[in-house]
Amino acid sequence: MERKRTYIWEFPVRFTHWINFLAIILLSVTGLYIGSPFLHPRSGADYSYTMGWMRFLHYIAAYVFLMMIALRVYWAFAGNRYANWRVFFPFTRQQRHDLGDATRFYLFASKKPPYAAGHTACAGIAYLFLFVMFLWEIFSGFALYQVNDPAFFHLILGGWLLSLMNVQTIRFWHHLVLYFIWAFAILHVYIAVYLDQAEKNGLLGSIFGGYKFITGREWE
Amino acid sequence: MGKANEGTIYDSLRKRGVSRRDFMKFCSLMAATLALPSGAGRIAEALEKAKKPSLVWLEFQDCAGNTESFLRASDPTVVQIVLDILSVDYHETIMAPAGKQAEKSLDDVVKNQKGKYLVVVEGSIPLKDGGVYCTVGGKAAIDTVKEVCGGALATIAIGACAWDGGIPAANPNPTGAVGVKDAVKGITLINLPGCPANVVNLTATVVHYLTFGSLPLTDSMGRPLFAYGTRIHDGCERRAHYDAGRFVRQWGDYGHQNGWCLYEMGCKGPETYKNCPAVRWNQGTSWPVEAGHGCIGCAAPRFWDTMSPFYRRLPKVPGFGVETTADDVGIGVAAATAAAVAAHGIIRAVKHKTEEEREEK
Ligand code: HEM
Ligand code: SF4
Repeated sequence: MERKRTYIWEFPVRFTHWINFLAIILLSVTGLYIGSPFLHPRSGADYSYTMGWMRFLHYIAAYVFLMMIALRVYWAFAGNRYANWRVFFPFTRQQRHDLGDATRFYLFASKKPPYAAGHTACAGIAYLFLFVMFLWEIFSGFALYQVNDPAFFHLILGGWLLSLMNVQTIRFWHHLVLYFIWAFAILHVYIAVYLDQAEKNGLLGSIFGGYKFITGREWE
Repeated sequence: MGKANEGTIYDSLRKRGVSRRDFMKFCSLMAATLALPSGAGRIAEALEKAKKPSLVWLEFQDCAGNTESFLRASDPTVVQIVLDILSVDYHETIMAPAGKQAEKSLDDVVKNQKGKYLVVVEGSIPLKDGGVYCTVGGKAAIDTVKEVCGGALATIAIGACAWDGGIPAANPNPTGAVGVKDAVKGITLINLPGCPANVVNLTATVVHYLTFGSLPLTDSMGRPLFAYGTRIHDGCERRAHYDAGRFVRQWGDYGHQNGWCLYEMGCKGPETYKNCPAVRWNQGTSWPVEAGHGCIGCAAPRFWDTMSPFYRRLPKVPGFGVETTADDVGIGVAAATAAAVAAHGIIRAVKHKTEEEREEK
């Protein structure tokens, strides 16, 4: 079967993907420290500023993360058709059909891998769900930030949540969703490796270089 | 003393032997609590002219903790001043008359001083089953509140229970308890939540009224900003330890002995707004966090439900036992995903192998 080297993931998609990857690691480590400090001074004469630094890094990473999400949302309107916001919703008949195929494939009921040049319908929905989790982390994070440091900017970005929910509930879900994002990451990497092997189209490489090797029989 | 002062608060204090110096000290304390720069002079002037306002104190579903707090000033002059400013005409716990006579003194105030007296309400008001769960002198709390608060100049809801139902209203709220703000509408009301509220804040609220003729500014939850506008965590003397990452990890450990931060022991100072670190308790002797116990967030909305477990940072996971933390559940979810992925991978490998064998045949 002839394969065509095709540019799928434009630079902004790859850039936000990898910066988010780094930001989430940093947010997770510093967030878990804020939640239950796992470093402890060896003596009372330890003049560290551990919590201060952890919070500082968490906020820096949070802002970077926010910018990346904003950029990706912009690109969902400005980018190519693989990056477009429509791929995250199963609007077309083809996509819904594809969903059934994918379910059968993942349950070993079929050998035909879900095939798409960009995101499969299944992946689209999964990323939509991830996006909701990201939005929640941003809103709840800024709500908690508003408690620490009231500012108009923090109020808009999430402080308004405080008038809808109790602060402890917000904190609880801010903490718990971290693990949901991890669970997502585990699935995400597994499926990427799996499909890369099944489709042999350079899927894994595409998030680095942007190109996939496609046959043209993918839905578009 | 001139005739002009006769019958005023200042007059009565002088007659009881409170010195000018003690009086001025008290005025300064009030000015500082209310955050009024150079307000002490104005307060003194006002108290020199003001007559004692009549005040009735109603207790419903309560533990009398606010009353205790109110009477807990250890310096006799302060007790005198407070009792003089808050001239209590009716208070079930501390008044001399009992039974019918006691109820009569309440009726007298309500009838004769309509629109001129102050009411302090302590405790929550049960609404379920027609309010039968709390009656005083045969009258349901809700009826008393409507009548007494309805005819008052202003109502001060003191303590968590009078504010939003507090402990009686905690899940599952068997008596349908609510605070004053939800029991009667359309009254002039100020709330001093806390379990208990601080007598300094109560006195300062009344002094503000006597000085300026209005109640102090409040936040969106009806609490005066001077007392509930700052976060415990921002005024806490252990805060430097927090920033440095020095935490108490067990009661009595090295950190606890050395005054480190109580964050890991479940301190709710980071989410609670009250002036405890500044006004403190028992006349500035100490306050919970200084005494070595984390803040339990008693001035926060629905604190019994929202701030518990008191010795944990985060709420418990709904539907799981008390010992289950968000970390347990989260790690469980992530581990289950990893296990599912691993199982999927193994099935895949096995299938792949059998297919290869089949092809070979
Ligand atoms: C993927 C994104 C994020 C993850 C995984 C994450 C994770 C966490 C975790 C686990 C905690 C500890 C919660 C606790 O137990 O109290 C935390 C705290 C916090 N996070 Fe995030 N976070 C994320 C994004 C953000 C964002 C966008 C902000 C916005 C400024 C933010 C602001 C905060 C704040 C202010 C706290 C401190 C809460 C406190 O004062 O107790 N986070 N984060
Ligand atoms: S003891 Fe509580 S209020 Fe004080 S710094 Fe630590 S967490 Fe904040």
